Amino acid sequence: MTQTFAIGIGGAAGQGVATPGDIFAKIFSRRGLHLNAYNAYQSIIRGGHTFLTIRTGPDKVTNMGDRIDLLIPLNQDTMDRHFGLLSAGAACIYNSDTIKPGSAADGVQLCPLPVSKLADISRNKVAQNTLAVGAGLNMMGIGFQALEAMLTEQFKKKGDAVVAENVAIARTGYDYASENFKPFDPPVPMTENRYAVLSGNMALAMGGVAAGVKFYCAYPMSPSTGVLHWMASHARKAGVMVRQVEDEIGVVNMAIGAAHAGARAMCATSGGGFALMSEGLGMSAMMETPVVVIDCQRAGPSTGVPTKTEQGDLWQMLGAAFGDYPRVIGAPLDIGDCFKIIPEIFNIADRFQCPGIVLCDLLLSEGRLSVDPRDLNFNPPIDRGELITNGNGANGSNGTNGNYQRYKITESGVSPRAIPGVPGHAHTAATDEHDEDGVLISDEFTNPIKRRAMMEKRMRKQTGIEAAVSPPHLIGPRDAEVTLIGWGSTYGVIGEAREMLNEQGITTNQLQIRWLVPLHGDAILDILKDAKHTIIVENNYSGQFARYLRSETSYVPDGHIRKYDGEPFMPHHIVESVKEQLAGKSKLSVPAHEIMV
Amino acid sequence: MMATATLTTKPLTMADMKGKADPDWCPGCGDFGVLAALQKALVELQIPTHNIVTISGIGCSSNLPGYISTYGMHTLHGRALAVATGVKQANHELTVIVTGGDGDGFGIGGNHFVHTMRRNVDLLYIVMDNQIYGLTTGQTSPTSRLGMKTKSMPFGNIEAPVNPITMALAAGATFIARGFSGEQKHLTELIKHGIEHKGFSFIDVFSPCVTYNLDNTYQWFRPRVKKLEEDTTYDATDWTAAMGRSILWGEEIPIGKFFERTDVPALHAAEPVLNDGPLVYRDLRLPDEVTKGFIQELM
Repeated sequence: MTQTFAIGIGGAAGQGVATPGDIFAKIFSRRGLHLNAYNAYQSIIRGGHTFLTIRTGPDKVTNMGDRIDLLIPLNQDTMDRHFGLLSAGAACIYNSDTIKPGSAADGVQLCPLPVSKLADISRNKVAQNTLAVGAGLNMMGIGFQALEAMLTEQFKKKGDAVVAENVAIARTGYDYASENFKPFDPPVPMTENRYAVLSGNMALAMGGVAAGVKFYCAYPMSPSTGVLHWMASHARKAGVMVRQVEDEIGVVNMAIGAAHAGARAMCATSGGGFALMSEGLGMSAMMETPVVVIDCQRAGPSTGVPTKTEQGDLWQMLGAAFGDYPRVIGAPLDIGDCFKIIPEIFNIADRFQCPGIVLCDLLLSEGRLSVDPRDLNFNPPIDRGELITNGNGANGSNGTNGNYQRYKITESGVSPRAIPGVPGHAHTAATDEHDEDGVLISDEFTNPIKRRAMMEKRMRKQTGIEAAVSPPHLIGPRDAEVTLIGWGSTYGVIGEAREMLNEQGITTNQLQIRWLVPLHGDAILDILKDAKHTIIVENNYSGQFARYLRSETSYVPDGHIRKYDGEPFMPHHIVESVKEQLAGKSKLSVPAHEIMV
Repeated sequence: MMATATLTTKPLTMADMKGKADPDWCPGCGDFGVLAALQKALVELQIPTHNIVTISGIGCSSNLPGYISTYGMHTLHGRALAVATGVKQANHELTVIVTGGDGDGFGIGGNHFVHTMRRNVDLLYIVMDNQIYGLTTGQTSPTSRLGMKTKSMPFGNIEAPVNPITMALAAGATFIARGFSGEQKHLTELIKHGIEHKGFSFIDVFSPCVTYNLDNTYQWFRPRVKKLEEDTTYDATDWTAAMGRSILWGEEIPIGKFFERTDVPALHAAEPVLNDGPLVYRDLRLPDEVTKGFIQELM
């Protein structure tokens, strides 16, 4: 396994955890290192306990990992919660004026900073943070120039005096560490690569822009709000109309209106907001108006745990709105994939004139990842399907609307879609069942023959969608001892757990599901028929994917690993659970989250 | 890219306005009069039918888009204004007309009603207000009078009705009127005015339900309605005066234009992103220098 280095910074909300985090992240990415950041926090503006983990290394870092190499507790509470979890080789930098360490494990280096002696804390409230950043970088073997450049960028708006003051404090911490603390071995490396660092929410928003989204609307809801923030702050440059709407019912209906008029329209929410949108999803399907809805899952039910992650919305997506209708549901595998999946799902939604749902979660939405900027392709293929945007071939503009049938029954189930403003194609798009020309068959004269024909027309689109979406594939050797099955955001952590298991002599492979609907059940069964011991890993209580897989394919795995405490899996959770299950001790493992965050 | 069509066509007539289906309203329903007035107003304004979108929610009156030859959307119960806001922002060159009933607009859709008004979305919202739920066979609506006996309140309504005109004034609508289905010509003029108004136009129309509301009938309204236009002292730019008139109810009920102001930009006009023309005509690709800037921010 490649070398990684992880920093944990913790404190109360409002104590300034984010700033040192941003400084470390920027310095790492400018050294050509990959990074993965996860912030454990609560729904509070001041107080509580926030713990940011930044893990870096020369190769892709897919998850927050198991280990903290450098702990920077900004208060006693953080020290008490995290110090005991450090292991040999780790270090803890802390303000020895205000914080007392507990008993350290063997090989853990204590790095006390006498903050009031090193800086004028009456002048600079965040002096302890800046001193710690300086000290930490020294111990990592990173030259001071990198930090000086960062602090200059950060404070230049406040004037030269503020820059000089902060650089001087950082320098003091840096020099104090070189005289008093033992450096990390090996030092944090450096490469020639350059990466972009972004959150999943930023990636989803930018993916929307790449897909040609021109209308975005939302109601603020954690953890999806970052999509709204990026869209709103970039709206003018990106030419996107961004609206904050009165509720999520209004959101989805407004997006459908914009989509019906011909714009690519997108919205994002979390489970509670999605519940309000579900009737609208049915309308999108019935009117055959493509719209893309992102659900950033948080721990539920109800208002749940707003700042914690879960994969608990799968069945809500599968069952959203009443009645049967074609839909496509994709779950991005990592933050880079949040960007890529949006143009893909728009093309499918446009081609098959149906709703597209992106099932993201807090782990990806609010996590940060380094991505090769070449992977952020703003010119992806765009396929708007059978869209009529001009009146060629129409018979006149007024009164007579020619023979255009908006819901024409076709073999593919797709009917060419004219947008308002096109002469000769006026029609009514209806949420009630309707005939090929859009006239209702719901009220005055219902008609079982027509109803059946329209139902079958719409559902035939599912066949086309299935062909348009690639089936999942097996990662790793086909004859491995263990097959780990996951979906969406667990891609990275399962991958690292596999590497650890392989090193311990247990061969593994991985089946990670990206497209949940259509599922490609036959392809999955074909992969699983050779599997020796299958375990489904998911971030929910009831095994929502396991139940879905069983309902679609009758497949029952050998075991399950589930977690529903609000925190994401760490690699060792999966490793230990696999070993427990191979030893026959359990078929359902629910690993305990050791960190109290 | 969509070409803005300039087809040479003969002038629109009432016959051109007929939709693909005939209305399925009960004989004598007030909605017939509203449909006719709307069609007549559109003929008089000569707006090409393909540049109009008529959008409704659910209810008897919400079936209207099927009965007119414009583009139409028959959306969910209460959601027409939200859908219409999306349509108008995506293509602000379209004329957007929203039609529906009192339950749809003031009950289930009440939240969108308030917010669409404060946003000043440039559309005409016609509510066919019959003070009853008709399609569900006669339950109390948000505008049913106190004491009215319905299937859902058989011992009489004990909840005060909303006043749609007062609500609209309070929420910041920029054109507010009341019509009566029995006053065709007057209603047609109000609709024309509402379409031409640049901002949110609201017309609450008394549209009697001859089947389920035997209290508020044509006969009940006829002697009571008094046109504000006939009162030479009334100034429809005076918001306070409009508030005063809006609460009149009884032997005399004002109809006509209560209020109009023209100094507030419509939502699409207030949004600089739309300065370069409708979103639906834009290239989906952004210039490379713009997207490179987005990536640079992350480095």
